[in-house]
Amino acid sequence: MLFWLFAGVAMGSALLCITRKSPVASALWLVNTLFNLAGIYVLLDAHFIAAVQVLVYAGAIMVLFLFVIMLLNLGREGPSDIKGPWGKVIALIGGLVLVGELIALRRVTPPFSLQLPPGTVANSVAARGAVRVVAEPLFQGYLVPFEITSVLLLAAIVGAVVLAKRRL
Amino acid sequence: MLLGPSLAVSAILFSLGVVGVLLRRNAIVIFMCIELMLNAVNLTFVALSQQIGLDGQVFVFFVMTVAAAEAAVGLAIVIALYRHRDTVNLQNINLLRG
Amino acid sequence: MSPLAGTAADWVGLAILLPFAGFLVNGALAFFRPRARRAVSIVGVGSVAAAFAVAVAVFFAVRAAPPAAPYVKTLWSWIPVGDLSVGAALQVDQLSVVMLLVVTGVSSLIHLFSVGYMHEDPGYARYFAYLNLFVAFMLVLVLGASFPVMFIGWEGVGLCSYLLIGFWFEEKEKADAGLKAFLVNRIGDVGFLIAMFLIFSHLGTLDFRETFARAPQGLAAGGGTVTAIALFLFMGCVGKSAQIPLYVWLPDAMAGPTPVSALIHAATMVTAGVYLVARTNLLFAMAPVASAVVAGVGALTALFAATIGLKQWDIKKVLAYSTVSQLGYMFVGVGVGAYAAGMFHLVTHAFFKALLFLGAGSVIHVMHQAYHHSHRHADAQDMRNMGGLATYMPWTSRVMWVATLAIAGIPPLAGFFSKDEILGAAFTRGASQPFYLIVWLFGIVAAFLTAFYMARLMLYTFHGPNRTGDLERPHLREAPWVMTGPLVVLAALTVLGGAINLPEVGALHRWLEPLTAQSAAFLPDLAPTTGVEIGLMVAAALIGVAGLWLASRVLKPEALLPPDRAPRETGFAKLLLEKYRVDELYDRFIVQPLLWLSRVVLWKGLDAGVIDTAGVNGSAALARGLGWIGSRLQSGQVGTYVVCFVIGAVAVLATLLK
Repeated sequence: MLFWLFAGVAMGSALLCITRKSPVASALWLVNTLFNLAGIYVLLDAHFIAAVQVLVYAGAIMVLFLFVIMLLNLGREGPSDIKGPWGKVIALIGGLVLVGELIALRRVTPPFSLQLPPGTVANSVAARGAVRVVAEPLFQGYLVPFEITSVLLLAAIVGAVVLAKRRL
Repeated sequence: MLLGPSLAVSAILFSLGVVGVLLRRNAIVIFMCIELMLNAVNLTFVALSQQIGLDGQVFVFFVMTVAAAEAAVGLAIVIALYRHRDTVNLQNINLLRG
Repeated sequence: MSPLAGTAADWVGLAILLPFAGFLVNGALAFFRPRARRAVSIVGVGSVAAAFAVAVAVFFAVRAAPPAAPYVKTLWSWIPVGDLSVGAALQVDQLSVVMLLVVTGVSSLIHLFSVGYMHEDPGYARYFAYLNLFVAFMLVLVLGASFPVMFIGWEGVGLCSYLLIGFWFEEKEKADAGLKAFLVNRIGDVGFLIAMFLIFSHLGTLDFRETFARAPQGLAAGGGTVTAIALFLFMGCVGKSAQIPLYVWLPDAMAGPTPVSALIHAATMVTAGVYLVARTNLLFAMAPVASAVVAGVGALTALFAATIGLKQWDIKKVLAYSTVSQLGYMFVGVGVGAYAAGMFHLVTHAFFKALLFLGAGSVIHVMHQAYHHSHRHADAQDMRNMGGLATYMPWTSRVMWVATLAIAGIPPLAGFFSKDEILGAAFTRGASQPFYLIVWLFGIVAAFLTAFYMARLMLYTFHGPNRTGDLERPHLREAPWVMTGPLVVLAALTVLGGAINLPEVGALHRWLEPLTAQSAAFLPDLAPTTGVEIGLMVAAALIGVAGLWLASRVLKPEALLPPDRAPRETGFAKLLLEKYRVDELYDRFIVQPLLWLSRVVLWKGLDAGVIDTAGVNGSAALARGLGWIGSRLQSGQVGTYVVCFVIGAVAVLATLLK
């Protein structure tokens, strides 16, 4: 139903993303993929995550990508950067083998000991609200990682600024 | 009940990301394919969290944060590289040689 | 407790130690003071003479208290490994005492002779060092109480033989002769080793006493195993004692100094094979097929070598083939089962053959001096250059005639009794087994030929006109007393030696009884009836006389021409002179193929081709190739690295699939 729609578009966009010659086109198709993934998240009762996906991933990270593409003037048509025939063969084989293995290794039911009664998450979301459901573990159980993440972001900012300076 | 299909989609997206990395020479496009791979993994986490618990969603939150940081720094490196070599085509950048 | 414990027999090890010390001292002198002739002579001769004194003392001890079983003196534990326990042990019994006396006694005389013979030689000290070492090893061989100890002596005398034959190694021929001796010996030694392996695997011991105690139960008489053991032991004898087909080294060994030929290739080393068979007589008695082989080979060799001796011109070569022939007689003796007779002939042969060689040595020495004075380069050993030397060297001539009569088997000299006893035993056995009659017949013919060629030697050398030359004749004189003295002693022994084992008295036979008694169970009675015995004795004496008489009639020393003017030999005589071209045969069919194999297959094919190319160069190439691959991996291309990443990840996942 709706899931298959989102999933199909996502996969198609991803495929188009990796095969376009222009980096801008690739970026835009990736944005499309991210949007559809957000849709799938909603269907999986992860409303907050879906929103964050759109805000952060599609909204900030991809914008950053596009900024850099523009900065480096890579937007216009140039010589293709897709690898030659041998490269295509290797890539294709690699991809097929990988997807084959992953499908062979699938395990579609989690271990019985970990399983929750069906509908638990949906009920939690309905009962307490999407944001609260994520926030509570985040600020209680995972507080330390949360704080460390902020330090990580600080390091990233400093690093990005230093690395991209024209003159140190 | 959406777990199985979700995992399949995730696997396919991940493989597409790998194909993209193997297929392209432009550094930025390779980067984008890496982001695609990260998203596929996020999908896996979210799908599983529906069955196992909300820890999955928290983890996705962290993944996204780290991805953001990584994108920022990585793109800064690409800019520096472009300034040095005037190209982002990885075939011409063999500074790791020897 | 053996009756010999606490007597002189305990000190038998000294007999080995003294010559060995002599070797060390002379060896040191050879390095540091090679011209100290007097010191070398005293040490060299003295050490062996002292060993002889020890031997005499041991003999008297054994005679006073004859042991029923051999007395073994273990010096230390040599090989204690698992089931095998071999001690460095010496054995004193009637048989080893006989050999001990012969070796030390004859060696002393020859050492003394060498003082005169080698006087001018620059390698004097080295010579005596080697000679002493030889005596030491020979004594290890005869006194050893087990197969491995004997083998040490066996190999050691082979080594000394090589060193002494090739003594004048600057001449390639002589060095080659030494090598030939060693290599041919080695072929026989393989047989000895295999026999040792068989003995150990079947009887679990390598001690003589133990082996002979266990053999009657442990091995089936006449069976395959004991026959194989005996045959392999005999193979060692064939090499060491120069029988067919491994006799070819002995004539070439004449390249060494004559006293060496006397000691090693007449009296002692080559008799080691006979001693071995006598020592292991039980095994041979239990294997009638092997004994028949021994007798057969011995008889064939005796006849074969005698025919070659008929036409040789070099005085030493005649004596060399004579030795091969007489060794054949000894093997006939022990092959037929008459072990005491074989040993008897060994002892008497030691006396007269050493005498003959030393006499020849005196002759050669004098001839050399003569040529030295006249500065001519003629062959001092060729009989055609000699003649009529009896007038110039009377003593030498007389003693050599004594030896010639002995070897021809003329009574009452020693050679007559020993040869007669062997032939008598063969004849007796031949009465029931026709094979031995043929052996006896060969022996008789060989006896005739022996008398003939020895008379020929004497006629051409000492009688008739002198062909040496007018310039040299004034310098022909008797050899110095230090050389002639030992000759006289040996002549006396040759005359009296028969007393050891006179027919009815049989002293040696009784003396060796404790060691041959066990075999008697497996052998038929070998004593001929009195009538037959006397008949045989008369026949043998007549044959000897006939040979001598025919030689004096047929050969004309006056008609001999010096080598450069002598006409070429033709027909059968040529074949004899060229010793049936056996050496050439061996060269064509054995030596050359072996050399080809070594050179082409093993050297070029295997060594250079496989090992060098594949192994040495190959591993270098492999390293280089791996290095090249490694360098190609470091391309700096990120794309390549990513591909490797993915391949790695896929592989890891693949392992999870199992």
